[in-house]
Amino acid sequence: MLALFYIFIAVAVALGIWQVNKLTSYRKTILKNDKNEDVVAIAKSEENPIATEKDNDIHGKFFFVFLIGFYILMGYCLFFLNDIMLPESASVEGENDDNLFLISFVLIGIVQFATQGLLFYFSFKYRGINNRKALFYADSHKLELIWTTIPTIVLTGLIGYGLYTWNDIMDLSTAENPIVIEVYAQQFNWQARYAGADNTLGRGNVRNIKGINTIGVDMTDVNGADDVPVRELHLPKGRKIVFKFRSQDVLHSAYMPHFRAQMNCVPGMVTEFGFTPKFTTEEMRMQEETVIKVNGINKIRKAKGEDPYVFDYLLLCNKICGASHYNMQMKIVVEEEAAFYSWLKKQPTMAEVVK
Amino acid sequence: MSEHHHKETFVTKYIFSQDHKMISKQFLITGIIMGVIGVFMSMLFRMQIAWPEQSFSLIEAFLGSHQTDGVMDPDMYLALVTIHGTIMVFFVLTAGLSGTFSNLLIPLQIGARDMASGFMNMISYWMFFISSVIMVISLFVEAGPASAGWTIYPPLSALPQAIPGSGMGMTLWLVSMAIFVASSLIGSLNYIVTILNLRTKGMKMTRLPLTMWAFFITAVIGVVSFPVLLSAALLLIFDRSFGTSFYLSDIFISGEVLHYQGGSPVLFEHLFWFLGHPEVYIVLLPALGITSEVIATNSRKPIFGYRAMIGSIMAIAFLSTIVWGHHMFISGMNPFLGSVFTFTTLLIAIPSAVKGFNYITTLWKGNLQMNPAMLFSIGLVSTFITGGLTGIVLGDSALDINVHDTYFVVAHFHLVMGVSAIYGMYAGIYHWFPKMYGRMMDKTLGYWHFWITAIAAYGVFFPMHFIGLAGLPRRYYSNTAFPLFDDLSDVNVVITMFALLGGASQIIFLVNFFMSIYKGKKATQNPWKSTTLEWTTPVEGIHGNWPGKIPTVERWAYDYSKPGHDEDFVMQTEPLKDGEEES
Repeated sequence: MLALFYIFIAVAVALGIWQVNKLTSYRKTILKNDKNEDVVAIAKSEENPIATEKDNDIHGKFFFVFLIGFYILMGYCLFFLNDIMLPESASVEGENDDNLFLISFVLIGIVQFATQGLLFYFSFKYRGINNRKALFYADSHKLELIWTTIPTIVLTGLIGYGLYTWNDIMDLSTAENPIVIEVYAQQFNWQARYAGADNTLGRGNVRNIKGINTIGVDMTDVNGADDVPVRELHLPKGRKIVFKFRSQDVLHSAYMPHFRAQMNCVPGMVTEFGFTPKFTTEEMRMQEETVIKVNGINKIRKAKGEDPYVFDYLLLCNKICGASHYNMQMKIVVEEEAAFYSWLKKQPTMAEVVK
Repeated sequence: MSEHHHKETFVTKYIFSQDHKMISKQFLITGIIMGVIGVFMSMLFRMQIAWPEQSFSLIEAFLGSHQTDGVMDPDMYLALVTIHGTIMVFFVLTAGLSGTFSNLLIPLQIGARDMASGFMNMISYWMFFISSVIMVISLFVEAGPASAGWTIYPPLSALPQAIPGSGMGMTLWLVSMAIFVASSLIGSLNYIVTILNLRTKGMKMTRLPLTMWAFFITAVIGVVSFPVLLSAALLLIFDRSFGTSFYLSDIFISGEVLHYQGGSPVLFEHLFWFLGHPEVYIVLLPALGITSEVIATNSRKPIFGYRAMIGSIMAIAFLSTIVWGHHMFISGMNPFLGSVFTFTTLLIAIPSAVKGFNYITTLWKGNLQMNPAMLFSIGLVSTFITGGLTGIVLGDSALDINVHDTYFVVAHFHLVMGVSAIYGMYAGIYHWFPKMYGRMMDKTLGYWHFWITAIAAYGVFFPMHFIGLAGLPRRYYSNTAFPLFDDLSDVNVVITMFALLGGASQIIFLVNFFMSIYKGKKATQNPWKSTTLEWTTPVEGIHGNWPGKIPTVERWAYDYSKPGHDEDFVMQTEPLKDGEEES
């Protein structure tokens, strides 16, 4: 019932605005009656349907104020929200991405600043005045040529750099001696499987799922026996990782924002993505940008009386996959190669698990 | 065609009307009702995002069994997001915008008595009405409405085991959309035929107002791409109901292996986005067309670069059909395709830039008349630029990897197609209201409406880019599972406050609109001193549009402030003077 109450209030406020607005459209005029006495008459002022000079003046100026406000909003978001942004890329391949992003953002920032400025400044500057005639200016091939050519040149550059980066990231054929890991998605969990000593994953299919073999590894495939199934992802620093993604039910997306990495997990097919971790988890925790972000987070958590947060890399699901989509995550630990291998050795292999 | 003045009953005049003006009003009112539902849903889920654990009586009152103690359930959150998207994109911004103004303006601006087929036009509206009704009914299904996102990617949308909304709710969604596509196709064919065949004497294609060009090209894109959505939906119905495997393969869910084999969800993504991307332009181009008209009229200046505008509309339309893959960079398709789609996508920036610059130049040295329609048009150019620019980031496959499906995307498309198209729709309503109802809308309320909406829209969608850059995925019921995102919660609260403000301010519009229908000041024949043909018809809007002969067109639509004329506008019907050149 309270909802209905809210609606009534809203309607009442709207009606209020309507009424006030009606009242202000009446003006007092002083007229003479037959006996030459002053009489106050209330008459509805004739309004110009297009817009009066006063309207133009007010709203032209409003646009100017709006422009200033918009600039402040842009500046605030660009500079003061910096602390909540992701820290620098934790993968080697992501560096190009960060550069490309910076270049794109500077470019669109300049264009945004300039065009919004022109748009609102013109709206202010040329606000209508009675009896002024606008300039009849219908066409200029020179101007049009300029603003077709310049974006074309700039975009050609961006496309070139973008495609170079894209191919660099997506081309996994040149990776030397990579570590192959399968990332396996299901509602609403992540699992992973290391390729083991032979660095080849055993075949997998949902038709093999049985009991403890939760990701359907084909146990008749000899490559599968030494595979290592895990529930927490460990990666060695400085080694190229090639991920093979599978999903058992619906679409998921493996999103690792700190590494600038994302790939959909598609039931019925295997997708791929690769990167080389650059910083261990420990190193990332010490990074200045991370420290600032984590401090900010902990200030908020402390105010709410929650435990302090310690930075960790994460794998999260970024394709709508059902009710608990918002809580489908897996921790990623990046460590030195030696530590990684000693951790991996301690994990039971597929053969040991299924036995 | 002129013996249209037979006696009409209530039913033939207001319900099964074949008059394009009445049909356009029917589209508009239905669109507004759907819009109220769609916007209200966004208010509810924005409250959930900002205050995830708090209880609201508003939610308790509206969500019934889909909430516990005033906190909505995760399934319902996804359902609201899904239906909000569907309703806004298709029912409000496709049918509500294009249906309203194509129907109203095409015969009036080209000088025709009515649409080529009034009967088909009527069918188009009633199919839209039926599909709206089915969509609204789907909200009341016990297991909840469709909740797999408005993109309804299978297998989530195909398997009720995966999410309850994929049961009856999804079936109704698909049925509703199939009827909607049929409605849209019938409408589009009618628009195309009418514009090509029924132009009055002298109305060459190069004399058409830009609104006509925009609606014409929009209809062409619709005819090319909507059937593909229909086929995608049909195949999904087959997979769901008849056991085929177009999109499904190797699925293990609720403890059992399903029989599907050999299909791929990526196929669905291709089919969906082959419509889905052109759909963006189906929504946006009519808004840009309306803006061209409103900005030229109220700048008292010809639109700058008329031919370049037509060229860019055509270029955008062509490119829009070969860029769909940029929604799928990380879908698992071949990376080479990613390169191709990056290339074609970034090309779209060129015609879009031309349009943006042309609008700004039209304002330059104008004599701007700041009525509400003009304010919304200027607002549109602003949000179109802001939203369009971030498209350069998203269209670049390498950058898309990290911002794909985050709030950066949500901010981008809401500004560039959502807010912009809504602004275009409002501009159109304020501008052509006198043509629809013979009365004026209240100007001051219009000003209030614009300024609150403009502030709220940027307040919502500008900061939203940055929480996306911070890595926050969209469609998360709550962000509390990730301490990483704790520092974004304040920004989310601010966004929600602006969203509530923006949503509430639309009440001003609703009051203004419905009161003006009955109480508005009587309109004059050409209130905005515009040049186009619709302002030569009688104010009361008669069947057949012109009482006598249809006027002949003598010049293009943008002779504002032309030297050598006393008035600052010259009607299209006025013959060229001796020695006067047509621009």
